[in-house]
Amino acid sequence: MGKTLFEKIWEAHTVTDIPDGPSQIYIDRHYCHEVTSPQAFEGLRQRGLRVRRTDRTTCSPDHNIPTVDQDKPIADPVSRNQVATLERNAAEFGLTLFGIGHERNGIIHVIGPENGLTLPGSTIVCGDSHTSTHGAVGAVAFGIGTSEVEMVLATQCILQPRPRTMRINVEGKLAKGVTAKDVALYIIAKMTTGGATGYFVEYAGEAIRSLSMEGRMTLCNMSIEMGARGGMVAPDETTFEYIRGRDFAPKGEAWDRAVEYWRTLPSDPDARFDAEVTFRAEDIAPRITYGTNPGMGIAIDEDVPAIPIDDEAAAASAAKSLEYMGFRSGQKLLGEKVDYVFLGSCTNGRIEDFRAFASYVKGKRKAPGVTAWLVPGSWAVRRQIEAEGIDRILADAGFELRQPGCSACLAMNDDKIPAGALAVSTSNRNFEGRQGPGARTVLAGPLVAAAAAIHGVITDPRI
Amino acid sequence: MKTNPKFSIITSRCVPLPTENIDTDQIIPARFLKGTSRDGFGENLFRDWRYDANGEPIMTFPLNDPTYSGCVLVAGKNFGCGSSREHAAWAIADYGFRAVISSFFADIHKNNELNNFVLPVTVSQDFLEHLLAEIAADPTTEVRIDLPAQTVTVLTSGRSEHFEINAYKKQCLTEGLDDIGYLLAHAADIDKYENETNS
Repeated sequence: MGKTLFEKIWEAHTVTDIPDGPSQIYIDRHYCHEVTSPQAFEGLRQRGLRVRRTDRTTCSPDHNIPTVDQDKPIADPVSRNQVATLERNAAEFGLTLFGIGHERNGIIHVIGPENGLTLPGSTIVCGDSHTSTHGAVGAVAFGIGTSEVEMVLATQCILQPRPRTMRINVEGKLAKGVTAKDVALYIIAKMTTGGATGYFVEYAGEAIRSLSMEGRMTLCNMSIEMGARGGMVAPDETTFEYIRGRDFAPKGEAWDRAVEYWRTLPSDPDARFDAEVTFRAEDIAPRITYGTNPGMGIAIDEDVPAIPIDDEAAAASAAKSLEYMGFRSGQKLLGEKVDYVFLGSCTNGRIEDFRAFASYVKGKRKAPGVTAWLVPGSWAVRRQIEAEGIDRILADAGFELRQPGCSACLAMNDDKIPAGALAVSTSNRNFEGRQGPGARTVLAGPLVAAAAAIHGVITDPRI
Repeated sequence: MKTNPKFSIITSRCVPLPTENIDTDQIIPARFLKGTSRDGFGENLFRDWRYDANGEPIMTFPLNDPTYSGCVLVAGKNFGCGSSREHAAWAIADYGFRAVISSFFADIHKNNELNNFVLPVTVSQDFLEHLLAEIAADPTTEVRIDLPAQTVTVLTSGRSEHFEINAYKKQCLTEGLDDIGYLLAHAADIDKYENETNS
C-alpha cells in the first residue's frame, strides 16, 4: 500500500518508536520566539546542557514588539525584559537571531518561508500553535510546548504520539472575491473547532492546487483552529518556484537533488487516510465569524445561527459566546458598526494580503470612525509594499502602515482593542479577550477587512 | 533542579467548569505570558473569568465559589484548544490542580499537562455529564483517580470508568520521569540517526 505525504516525512524522521508510547522524531528546523522559550533556556542552564545543533534553530522576537518606533526601547519593562532575554539566550547558546530592527525580523511564521528556511520534506517545530503555517510547502510542521522546546534545543528530537491522517479535498474553482482565508474559515466552520483533533491534515483538490504559496500558508496556518496537529499541501511547481533562489534555500546541484527528492513526497495514489472529507469550492463565499471560536463562522450574508436546543452544554457555551459578542441568533452581521480593522498576523500579514487590501481601498477613503492597524508580517513584506507603491495607495486612502510584529492578533504589545469595541481582524482567533480584555473580534480575510475599513460597517466586498 | 512529583491515586473534591471549548487564552490570557520563569502563573489562571475589570473576584465563578474545592478540575469537552502556550499547564499546576477530567482534550495542551505532571483524564461524554450532575447535586462529591489501574470513580454514585494513557507516559507520571531525561539517555540513537541521514 502506498504512503501519504505525512507518512513519508514522519517515517523518514523517526529515530525510534517507543513501545506503547510516542515516537522519537528528529527535527530539521526549530523556530524560536521570546514568549515560549525563556523557561526552555533556563532548563538547559539548570541541567548544564548546550544546544545540540545551533545550525537548526532560528530566533526572532515577534509577539511583544511594538509596531511603531522600533528604534526606541520597548516602553513596557516586562515586554522589554522578555525580548532582551531572547537576545541574551541566543548569544549565550550561539543561535542565529533576527532581532528587532534586523532586516530579516518579523513574525516567525512569515520569515521562515520568505528566507527559504522552511523546506519541503522537513520536520519543523516552534513553541507556537501556528507553526502549522510551514506545512504549506509540504513539511510536517506543528506547534509544541516549552518543555518540548527544551527537548529540541538539547537533543534535536521530541517525543510525539503519532497522529492519524486526514485528507480534506476542496474540488472545483473558487469564485471571484473568495480568498484562502475564506476557504480556511469555511472548512473550520464545517469541521468545528475540535473536529480535526488528533489528526494531521493534508489539503488537496483543484481549489487547493490553484492557491498561491501564500494562500496555502494562510490555509495551513489555521489548521490548529479545528484542532488539527498540523496541515500540509503536497509540494508542486508552485512550491518550487516560491522557494527557488531564497537566501537559505539549497543552490546549484543541491537544489536539483532537493527538488528530485521533493517530487517523491506527494501522497501515493493508493495511500489510505484515516479520514477523508470533500468540499465544493463553489459553496465558499467570503466568510466572517460571529462567536468566540474560529469554528463559529458564517458566509458574510448569512444569519447568525440558532442556539442548539438538543445539547444543554453546547447551548450554554453558544449562548455565552453570543452574549460576549453582543449578537443574537437570526440577525445578519452585514451593516454592523466596526470600530477597528486589523490587517496582519501570521495568517494574513504577507504581500498578497496587502495587495488584496489595497486593490479594494484604492481610490476610496477610510471611514472616519474606524481605527485601522495595517501591520506587515515582516520587514521584507514592508519593503515589498513600498517597492510596489502599495504604501502610497494606502496613504491616499487614509491608511497608515505600521512596523512588523504579531501586534493586535494577541495584543501582547500596545496594539489592544478596547473593551466592547468591534474589530474585523485578519488574524486567526476570536477567543474572548484575545485582542484585549473585552474586545469583540470578527475574523475575516483581507478583502472583507478592507470593505469594513472603507464603509465603517461589515460589508460584502463583492458588492 | 526540583524533583518531579509522582502520581499514583488521588481522591479529591472537584471544581466544575462545564463550558465547552475552553481555550488556553481563557486559561491564561496572553498579557500574563511575559514571565521568564515557570512560577506564579496560578494567580492568573482563568484571569478574565475569575476577576472583573476592577480586579474584584467574580464570586459566582467556580474557582472563587467556596462551595467548590479540591485538586481536580472537571471541564467541558475540547478543553485547552487554541494556543500552544505551556503557561496554561503551568497555571493549572501552580494553582494546585493535579488532574483535569474532560470528555475531550486538545492535543498540544494535553501534552503540556502530561509534561507538567498534571493528569488529563479523558472520560466518555456520558460519564462527564454524570459527574457534573453529581457535583451540581452535592458539591462535596469526591472522585478517585487511580492511575495504576487507569480508573476514575465517582464516590457518591460508585460509577467508575477506565481511561486511556500510553504505557510510556503512565510510567513517566508514576515515577516522576520526564521526556528530556529519556531523550538524553538515548543520545546514541540520535548520533546514529544524524550519521545515517547525513543530518
